[in-house]
Amino acid sequence: MPLLFARRLGQSLLVLLAVSFIAFLVFRHIGDPTISLLGEDASLADREAVIAELGFDQPVAVQYLRYMGNVLQGEFGISYRLKRPVVEVIAERLPATLELALIAGLLAVAGGLVLGVYTAIHREAWLSRALMTLSLVGVSLPTFLIGIALIYIFAVELQWLPSFGRGDTVALGGWSTGFLTASGWASLVLPVCTLAMFKLTLIMRLVRAEMMEALRTDYVRFARARGLPEKRIHYRHALRNTLIPVVTITGLQIGSLIAFAIVTETVFQWPGVGLLFINSIQGVDVPVIAAYLMLIAALYVVINFLVDGAYLLVDPRLRRN
Amino acid sequence: MNPRFLSRRSTALAAVLLAAVLGSTTAQAETLRWARSADASTLDPHALNNGPNHNLLHQVYEPLIIRTADGKLQPTLATSWTLTSDPSVWEFKLRKGVKFHDGSLFTADDVLFSLERARSPSSDMRSLLVAITDVVKIDPFTVHIKTSGTTPLLPDNLINIQILSAAWARKHGVEAPQKPSAKEETYATRNVNGTGPYTLVTREPDVRTVLRKFPGYWGTGLFPLPIDELVYLPIKSPATRVAALLSGEVDFVQDLPIQDIARLRADAKLRVNQAAENRTIFLGLNVGAAPLTYSDVKDRNPLADVRVRQAFQLAIDRVAIQKAVMRGLSVPTNIIAPPFVHGYDKAFGAVGKTDVAQAKKLLADAGYPNGFGITLHCTNDRYLNDEAICQAVAGFLGRAGVKTTVVSRPLAIQTAAINGQDTDFYLYGWGVPTYDSAYIFDYLVHTRGKNARGATNATRYSNDAVDRQIVSLASEGDSKKRDATIKSIWTTVQKELIYLPLHDQIQTYAMKRRFDIPVNPSNTPYFKLFKLAEK
Repeated sequence: MPLLFARRLGQSLLVLLAVSFIAFLVFRHIGDPTISLLGEDASLADREAVIAELGFDQPVAVQYLRYMGNVLQGEFGISYRLKRPVVEVIAERLPATLELALIAGLLAVAGGLVLGVYTAIHREAWLSRALMTLSLVGVSLPTFLIGIALIYIFAVELQWLPSFGRGDTVALGGWSTGFLTASGWASLVLPVCTLAMFKLTLIMRLVRAEMMEALRTDYVRFARARGLPEKRIHYRHALRNTLIPVVTITGLQIGSLIAFAIVTETVFQWPGVGLLFINSIQGVDVPVIAAYLMLIAALYVVINFLVDGAYLLVDPRLRRN
Repeated sequence: MNPRFLSRRSTALAAVLLAAVLGSTTAQAETLRWARSADASTLDPHALNNGPNHNLLHQVYEPLIIRTADGKLQPTLATSWTLTSDPSVWEFKLRKGVKFHDGSLFTADDVLFSLERARSPSSDMRSLLVAITDVVKIDPFTVHIKTSGTTPLLPDNLINIQILSAAWARKHGVEAPQKPSAKEETYATRNVNGTGPYTLVTREPDVRTVLRKFPGYWGTGLFPLPIDELVYLPIKSPATRVAALLSGEVDFVQDLPIQDIARLRADAKLRVNQAAENRTIFLGLNVGAAPLTYSDVKDRNPLADVRVRQAFQLAIDRVAIQKAVMRGLSVPTNIIAPPFVHGYDKAFGAVGKTDVAQAKKLLADAGYPNGFGITLHCTNDRYLNDEAICQAVAGFLGRAGVKTTVVSRPLAIQTAAINGQDTDFYLYGWGVPTYDSAYIFDYLVHTRGKNARGATNATRYSNDAVDRQIVSLASEGDSKKRDATIKSIWTTVQKELIYLPLHDQIQTYAMKRRFDIPVNPSNTPYFKLFKLAEK
């Protein structure tokens, strides 16, 4: 086990290094790095001075080594756009994204499981058919469109829910939470629905397909022949065996919930790391972009690790090895 | 009745009546929730010379002079300014009795300190103050500003230079704006101590900035100042910004997408104001001798021939762009200066008729009977409907035989291309904060990289005689001679057609009906100046 752990750790570090290096190759092409530091009417000499000061005239390899050297000392630099330490800025925005991703993930998994099981067991019911048709909508509509439509219906026309922002937040130490205020929860509803829609329909269809497959297997037929109650067959046996592919997909989707909440955060002006990333790209804020990309890579690596660990819990056969 | 009982009763009655009267006239706190597309990046007023930063900081800080919506200079921290007997020295008389938010008094020391800070190497306001050689305190409320040569336009350059408290800045170690390579943030990034009508209450970048009326403001009583609390909300997505206004969550929106303006006008609960903005949109052309990079003509530069440029000029229909692309929200023009800029001439600005046949003939005369191909570099996130304008231009040029490929990208990449002269045909916009043509010439016409000018001139146009004329404008004291020089430069620019002007932008604001905020050409509303619509 320790050898396995060490190998996984080594692989993870390699992934992080590769991601950061590719990111640095890309930085040459995202535009003028002085756009957040100097106004439109700065002189050529000023611009060249700033570029030299920040090291952008050096070759990519030199810039990369300098950056990684700083990172290993824990120095992620100062944001060009916000003029504040990158670590501070990201730490400030992370709670918003994590809360959004957590609630959206819970909704997607719980909803997907429940609806997937229902539509698998009661295949011919009209509700099942309606859900399957609606799920096509959820899978095919882009997140942006769903968000704008929800804002239009619930914020502009009905005026039940806010159209942007996070509402009032309470600071618990370094973590600002929206869970403790009514406006915080009201602001969560539309973004969570937007973000979770695609994942929910995906998980629902996946669970349905796997469950239907499981219900056709021999052991389920023998269990029925033995006279076991339907409920026990469905939940104790069939469902558990469908969970392996579901856990894999869900694990990766949770990572993407955090990484790609970008569109939802932009539509709803949700002050998380996704919106920070978009603003940083527009402002060519290289320190923030680099730190964000490394954070997301680390996140995926950790999630993958946990997903692999979760297999051991779900599938007893793997434990024996 | 007992007289004492009567008097007590009438006193009580009087008290009740008085309370009722007072109660009904007690004003409720007026809050204005104000949404724009981007947040100010820092609260340091000398750190970055850009619109959103100035927009927010003009509410908490003040300069010596501001420019109001009608274009006039208004005394703010300076009450008067004149040239002394020495034509290179300006005398500014300062306002007395002005307090900073921390209660300290404003004096000439703060002006000296702030101007020096704005001229320091890490300040982004430096380019506006290059003419200043020294600032001298004469007495606590008078300063002399010395310039190299005569600088008739010095006051115009000071409208965005905010004044900080010298003592406060020294106490918090912010004598200089933060350098790009700084390892730590400075105190001025998130803290404010100005003389402006509003104080900073909370600051959450990209979320919300809350300002509250400053009770000790020197202008209380002199300006309407109807708003008690100002909440600045950056909302990046244009659709969400409009939705927030329609749902009532926001009271005033500045950056409106053109296609939603008609809908907002039709809403009885909203008011829409519009006026010409201080920004001209135009196309830049590479007129240099070397062959083009982004064209299918490999052996020479077709744009170097003035007939080709004239053909482009005749092919593009600015009025059609105004009608179809801008939905009426642009003013077609033939000069890269808005009408209120000194040196503007109606004769230069008049838009001629399109003539595709003549354009084709000119191209044939120049040696391109079948036209040629070229790439038009465009932004997609900076000017109103910028990408759509470029598509329209491509269509018009196609009529004349020039096959134009539109490549649109974010401003960051377009800026890099223009600064690096890595484009042959590009869309650009330019505003003139000093309201004088010299500002345009310095950046767009003068040879790039000489005399510290020409930074955004990607046309490769280089004319020594014109360069000399441009440099002379900075120190010419005789206004008649100066105006003649300006006219001469414009005549050359118009003849050479290195730029193809398209239109001046029209800026639109939308707000709840009870507010009436006039559009300011610099897109910086001063909230102390407007009155509420009702009452």
